[in-house]
Amino acid sequence: MPPAASGAKGVLVNFEELFGHLGQHTVDGLAKGAIYALVALGYTLVYGVLKLINFAHSEVFMVGTFAVLGTWTTLGATNNPPLGMMLLFLVAGLVAGALASGATAVAVERIAYKRLREMNAPPLIFLITAIGLSLVLSEAFGIWQGRLVVGMPVILPQKVLFSIGDTAVTNTQLLTLIAALVMMFALDQFINHTRYGRGVRAVAQNPDTAALMGVNKDRVIMLIFLLGGLLAGAAALLYAIRYGNTRFNVGFLLGLKAFTAAVLGGIGNLRGALLGGLLLGVVEVYAATLTQSNWEDVAAFIVLVVVLLFRPTGLLGESLGRARA
Amino acid sequence: MRRNYVRALGAVGLAAAMVAAAGCQDTGGGGGDTQAADCGGKIAIFGAFTGPNAGLVLPSLNGAKLAVKEHNAAKPDCQVTMQEFDTQGTPEQATPIANQVAQDQSFTSVIGGHFSGESKATMPIYEAAGLVMVSPSATATELTAAGNKSFHRVVGNDGTQGAAAVNYIRDVLKGKKVFVADDGQPYGVGIVNEIKRGLGSAVVGSDKVQTDQTNFDATISKIRAASPDVIAYGGYTNEAAPLVKQMRAAGVDAKFLGFDGLYDPGFPKGAGDAANGAIVTCPCLPAAEAGGSFSADYEKEYGEAPGSYGAEGYDGAKILVEGYAAGKKSRADLLAWVDAYDKQGVSKYLKFDANGDVDKSKVVVWSYEIKGTTFEPQQEIKLS
Amino acid sequence: MTTEEKARTGQETGRRPLEGIRNAFGGIGARFAALPRWQRMIAFLAFVAFLYYLPLLGIPGLIWLRTDSIPNGNNWAGVLFTCAVYVLIAIGLNVVIGLAGLLDLGYVGFFAIGAYSVAVFGSRQSPVVKALQERFDLSQDWAVAWAVCIPIALALTMISGVVLGWPTLRLRGDYLAIVTLGFGEIIRIVVRNSTSWSGGPPGIAAIPGPQGAPSADNDIFGLIDAKPWYWLALSVVLLMVFLVRRLENSRVGRAWLAIREDEDAAAVMGVYPFKFKLWAFAIGAALGGLSGLLFASRQGFIEPNQFNAQLSILFVAMVVVGGSGNMAGVALGAFLLGYLPERFRDFAEWRFLVFGLALVLVMLLRPQGLIPSRRRARELKDRQEEVPAGV
Repeated sequence: MPPAASGAKGVLVNFEELFGHLGQHTVDGLAKGAIYALVALGYTLVYGVLKLINFAHSEVFMVGTFAVLGTWTTLGATNNPPLGMMLLFLVAGLVAGALASGATAVAVERIAYKRLREMNAPPLIFLITAIGLSLVLSEAFGIWQGRLVVGMPVILPQKVLFSIGDTAVTNTQLLTLIAALVMMFALDQFINHTRYGRGVRAVAQNPDTAALMGVNKDRVIMLIFLLGGLLAGAAALLYAIRYGNTRFNVGFLLGLKAFTAAVLGGIGNLRGALLGGLLLGVVEVYAATLTQSNWEDVAAFIVLVVVLLFRPTGLLGESLGRARA
Repeated sequence: MRRNYVRALGAVGLAAAMVAAAGCQDTGGGGGDTQAADCGGKIAIFGAFTGPNAGLVLPSLNGAKLAVKEHNAAKPDCQVTMQEFDTQGTPEQATPIANQVAQDQSFTSVIGGHFSGESKATMPIYEAAGLVMVSPSATATELTAAGNKSFHRVVGNDGTQGAAAVNYIRDVLKGKKVFVADDGQPYGVGIVNEIKRGLGSAVVGSDKVQTDQTNFDATISKIRAASPDVIAYGGYTNEAAPLVKQMRAAGVDAKFLGFDGLYDPGFPKGAGDAANGAIVTCPCLPAAEAGGSFSADYEKEYGEAPGSYGAEGYDGAKILVEGYAAGKKSRADLLAWVDAYDKQGVSKYLKFDANGDVDKSKVVVWSYEIKGTTFEPQQEIKLS
Repeated sequence: MTTEEKARTGQETGRRPLEGIRNAFGGIGARFAALPRWQRMIAFLAFVAFLYYLPLLGIPGLIWLRTDSIPNGNNWAGVLFTCAVYVLIAIGLNVVIGLAGLLDLGYVGFFAIGAYSVAVFGSRQSPVVKALQERFDLSQDWAVAWAVCIPIALALTMISGVVLGWPTLRLRGDYLAIVTLGFGEIIRIVVRNSTSWSGGPPGIAAIPGPQGAPSADNDIFGLIDAKPWYWLALSVVLLMVFLVRRLENSRVGRAWLAIREDEDAAAVMGVYPFKFKLWAFAIGAALGGLSGLLFASRQGFIEPNQFNAQLSILFVAMVVVGGSGNMAGVALGAFLLGYLPERFRDFAEWRFLVFGLALVLVMLLRPQGLIPSRRRARELKDRQEEVPAGV
């Protein structure tokens, strides 16, 4: 059943393509969105506590991908390694990515944001500084690593694990989804059931009172940046496994979409970040199959604009300060 | 009070000094004088000499340089210089270069563009400046539309290549379900349209990707849903390499067919093992089939066999240097010379019709198979 | 500032060298303002004459400033033209950011609309022109005249400014910034994907100049000499500077000032923020569109990927680094953005990095910008002396 030629004359909406294979496209979208969700957690943590949009978080992710690449290159990784080596590469990549991203996030906070807080700068100054930092980091990597796409070896070859009807689920897709769920769960537990997590919630609710109650504000803030960075590093590893490439400006688009996901779910709400990420991934794949792949970014931006205009608190609302994170 | 007068006088004095200095006007932007020599001239060559798609263009640049070098060695009193302008294949960079070349009267002919997009964007500028354009590899059919006054190409157009590819898909690959994708640029869209027209109902799905796109989840999702046996992609290495890599990693086994945009060593390098077995069509001869001693000379000069469009690059430059050798010096003379050219070249017989295309019956389209990192010539595709 | 005040606001001693430079420049500004009016006029006219003279710059000591004094350097008048276009953008963006206090990260969208107005209606290659030719049986060479494209561009950009502003202006600062960024990208992608009227990713070529479509007959606004283009752009810039100046000192300008300082207080005093913010958006958009039109006319070719988010961010950088709220400041920022990468070609790859660094450093050390608007500098200093609320 060929679709009518839609190349030359603009867009023809292709319902048959979408609904004929809804399951497949949904699974593909969920896997795509899981990576958005992990990066979105970073945005949402920082916003929930500081009311600051950390524009530089996208570059924190990018640094993580290059750290993974560097680790794999140093360890001499090639395509399709044997199982033992594969596990080694995965673990090493995870550690390297998380550390690099975490370090970048904390550095950004120490060098720039802390100082701006001391100067009592207006929020727009924060945003402009964040944008500047994002530009500096991405350009630095562009000059260092070059402007071209950098390929990576295929560590985990994709295999279809099982099929539900005619929907195939591959191993990397499953890995990505499960990893995102596990990390969100772990973060949830951390925020709700540990002492440090209590500190985070307290500072999110009311920083001055928290300080009066003996919470070290600066440490808590460093902690949330670190957490966001670690999660972005994990996302970087998953990205490297799934797409096998990276680039100096991979952060910009992905970061913007992750921010959209955070806003969609409810910025400041951890479960919202997960929900928003998964939902955004699915929306993008649906949009691409309804029309063409070159409209998928517009779908994300339209979601961003619509959510900010009509429901800025997102689907689940802000809630980092409340007990139900 | 006196200080104010001094200040005012100072300001007026400064203004007067500047007006006087205006007498020493600028001598105009970069070298505007015409050559003092009796013979020879300056050629501007532009194309993607660096960047992700450079592998496609460098062989034809080398071919052109070889032709110029041979001419200069044979005719020491008629020196031709060729200045290179790197556009990375993007029309955005090609346009200011075109403006610069058009303004500079010392350039009397142009080799380029190597890609269809940059050719399309800069054609009006070169035409307005009266410069002749000889392109070794820009294949989009729309470039030689009626009314074109300056653009000529030494290569078959995508009408021919598209028809050949359709024959190949039908007869050799025996593809019953074909998925097509392009990158939205004039070259990719043009050739995929030809394919779609020729294959008709065998096309089961299509997609458009963006330039610089790095993840192709949606495209692969569509491909899996359509389960084609052949995937045809119109575009360049920058997008095709990650697409093919992710496609194979996702378990898509269908045959992959690219066009001359992928006849680029960067493609198998970027896609790795995933590019093994892919087919590339090209309206260009394998190195071994090129006429005369071109292949041997090229190999001696550059240490490797001429790659994609090396012979065409050589031919394009040869046409121009022969014009200079015949004493042509002005832009108009060289344009007339190219219009009237009628001789055998190393890649094919070179004679341009009114719109700048070479004779269609002289064009041959070959298919190449990628094995490892090399392109192995497979067969000449029958055009009828 | 006394030592006590310095300690109170937590500044470090490393700032003192900056203080010295700051006082020197501030001193010049103060002394200039103290001159009698007629002397200021003469100095200003001399400056304007110098600007017009710039492409012919032949004063022996200053020739090294020209971009064509380096090998492979770009045409000097061409670079000046680009700088003039950037200055026009900066003035427009200054109206939005500096005067009305709204951070617009999608300004490149208006630039794109202005450029596409002249391309889509004026170029013989555009699909819209071709459709009109068929519909009304016109000759193949017909296209909308360049002069007519100007009001079209202005109208389209002002309408899109209002359309963008209407739903978004009630959002708070950083959300507004992100929404405008989103809109800028939406405009770019829609233009890129709509092959039926915008020409799609390949873009549109053969864009006309004041003398018509690119051809060998264009003797003034042609390909050979960029000077008339520069003088045209400069004249437009000077006109716009004059108009925006008058606007700043009018009721509208004072309303913007009130809104920027405290929206609620302004509303209580009868100045409705929404209407004036919308005006700021529309005027800023119109200036952006005008600069886009000039840019496209000289280039002769545009494509959608040129108008990307990174360019938007650079525009904001040049306004903020230069000194938002002060036309001289933003003009300086714009000039630097256009001139430095051309003159110091070897460092062209570092251009964005340098601007990013400049942005960060300026925000950390001198948030009011290089040539600040005095009000803005005061606003920021006052904030520093307040007790910080929250974190």
